[in-house]
Amino acid sequence: MNLQISTPAAPPRLALTVGPVLYHWSRQTMMDFYAGVAASAADTVVLGETVCARRRELKLDDWLALARDLAAEGKEVVLATQTLIESEADLRLLRGLAEQRDFMVEAGDASALQCLAGGAPFVLGPHINIYNRPALAEHAALGAVRWVAPVDLSLEAVGWVNPPADPVRDAAGQPLATELFAFGRLPLAFSARCFTARQHRLSKDECEFRCLRDADGLLLASSEGQPFLVLNGTQTQSAATQCLIGEGAALRAAGVSRLRLSPCSRGFLDVISHYDSVLNRGTSVAEALRAIEEKVPAGGLIDGFAHRRPGLEWSVA
Amino acid sequence: MTTESGLPPVRKPELVCPAGSLRALQLAVGAGADAVYLGLKDATNARNFAGLNFDDAQVRDGVAYAHARGAKVLMALNTFADARDASPWYRAVDTAVSLGADALIVADTAVMAYCRDHHPRLRLHLSVQASATSHEAIAFYRQRYGIQRAVLPRVLTMSQVGHVLRHASVDIEVFGFGSLCVMVEGRCALSAYASGQSPNTAGVCSPPSAVRWQDTAAGVEARLNGVLIDRYAPDEPRGYPTLCKGRFEVSGRRDYAIEEPTSLNTLAILPELIDLGVKAIKIEGRQRSPAYVEQVTRVWRAAIDQACASGARFSVQPAWTATLARFAEGQQQTLGVYDRAWR
Repeated sequence: MNLQISTPAAPPRLALTVGPVLYHWSRQTMMDFYAGVAASAADTVVLGETVCARRRELKLDDWLALARDLAAEGKEVVLATQTLIESEADLRLLRGLAEQRDFMVEAGDASALQCLAGGAPFVLGPHINIYNRPALAEHAALGAVRWVAPVDLSLEAVGWVNPPADPVRDAAGQPLATELFAFGRLPLAFSARCFTARQHRLSKDECEFRCLRDADGLLLASSEGQPFLVLNGTQTQSAATQCLIGEGAALRAAGVSRLRLSPCSRGFLDVISHYDSVLNRGTSVAEALRAIEEKVPAGGLIDGFAHRRPGLEWSVA
Repeated sequence: MTTESGLPPVRKPELVCPAGSLRALQLAVGAGADAVYLGLKDATNARNFAGLNFDDAQVRDGVAYAHARGAKVLMALNTFADARDASPWYRAVDTAVSLGADALIVADTAVMAYCRDHHPRLRLHLSVQASATSHEAIAFYRQRYGIQRAVLPRVLTMSQVGHVLRHASVDIEVFGFGSLCVMVEGRCALSAYASGQSPNTAGVCSPPSAVRWQDTAAGVEARLNGVLIDRYAPDEPRGYPTLCKGRFEVSGRRDYAIEEPTSLNTLAILPELIDLGVKAIKIEGRQRSPAYVEQVTRVWRAAIDQACASGARFSVQPAWTATLARFAEGQQQTLGVYDRAWR
């Protein structure tokens, strides 16, 4: 008879992924940002320009050099492909990413799936429309090993798509990992049209890269002043910031093993430490929430999608 | 084969028209549609509105009516199957097959896989909701699921459409007329963000159930789940408060910050679309009235026939423009992204 008294097992670590910078930051800002990330508690860093093909502060070689630096600091690095592929130039860039073998690639669309299928293991980005288990299984068969759920999927649904008790298996027979967008302004929509250029009455081809001025995008408010959305070039985001720091148990129950934290211009390194201490070291949620709320850009905090509610709602009283 | 002029015959694109009801289907076929597309009365298609769409008996009647007159019936099954229960989507596939639909318009790889595994001879068209904007993306769906036609999102310029056409190994369908999504179809969760429902999963955008109209001292307000989308002065025409077509404040200026209420109309570039080799032209609007369907179909039938007969001498008839303008959103029309002006 075993008389050993077991202490409750510590919950498994939730890995932290720093998502791609969605805004147009200058090269120096970007370098400073990743120098900070290198020293943070983040496990994984996703690099690359995913929003607009015209943004070229960093070129492919720059991204690869940055990737090597971060890898040398012990981070897992993933290279993300552009979300909207429109031209042959976009496809060339995509093929360049798909052909390198040093880093895992995150697929932004079906063009990327076509280039990555059957090759090295890859990640399914949040803009691949996977809303059910059979769709995830189809993509796992292509060689995907990790899935970033669409931002509008509820936690409950994430658990149905890839149940922790009976996970979808990758091509090697291993459980496919689930990652969820857990912090940041939500990327909600993509267009060929640039709304930042439109706001400045400029054409997209001659946009003067005005989005460089908006470190966290350009706020769009309702006519009565409610912060609603953010214009980030061709991407439209939520004005409010998704925050799932208090959902540790529900996240684990849904089979989520990694959280995506989407970069913002202020206090992001603190966000990483808050998420790490609350979710992996059991510190107080309330305190961390207060600190995060102070730092986020206009719009406050939200978690509606996680609870099968409109995305702009916040469940914490 | 050559024509009398020695030139290859013009490939006449198929005119694909919306049918939100059996009446609309009959009027579309009567007005010259080569194909009509329809959906079932549930969340399996992207126009899931009360009072719209077909039950099984209506599909059967519609298929019989269209086939008797040489027109095809395409069934839209273009939302993403529910995580808890995908069976309504699979049942819809079986229904389409048993009722004789000529093709399915699909977006979800789960649905495509079901078709491939259970109905391998069923013709599949890739819905615009699948967001395939490059020939590589189209090749992905063709190689794995055997899609035979792709509907291009309304975000590509003419030269980009041409590039896709030259490299794609399937038929290409483009939108010709109707409401304009400024976002890439299938990649927009704005409506879900505000209301909890969006095209991908619920088959609706800015759902009527979440819309509230209020008369206030400042004007008539249109709200979507409480968010003020637009406010109209007494003399201003009021549009449906589709989220992306509202007036908002950015940097202290109130305007249509995302998109004006306007309709896509590509009549002016029809000869170019035909020259590029576009196989089908789609009219948007299953949610519109049978009268819209009939009159818009009639205009496009005449335009396609004339463009194919007269080539470079094609000109847009003022009567066509007048008819389409009556049905355009906000009475405004645009070439959309096909026209590079705003780039």
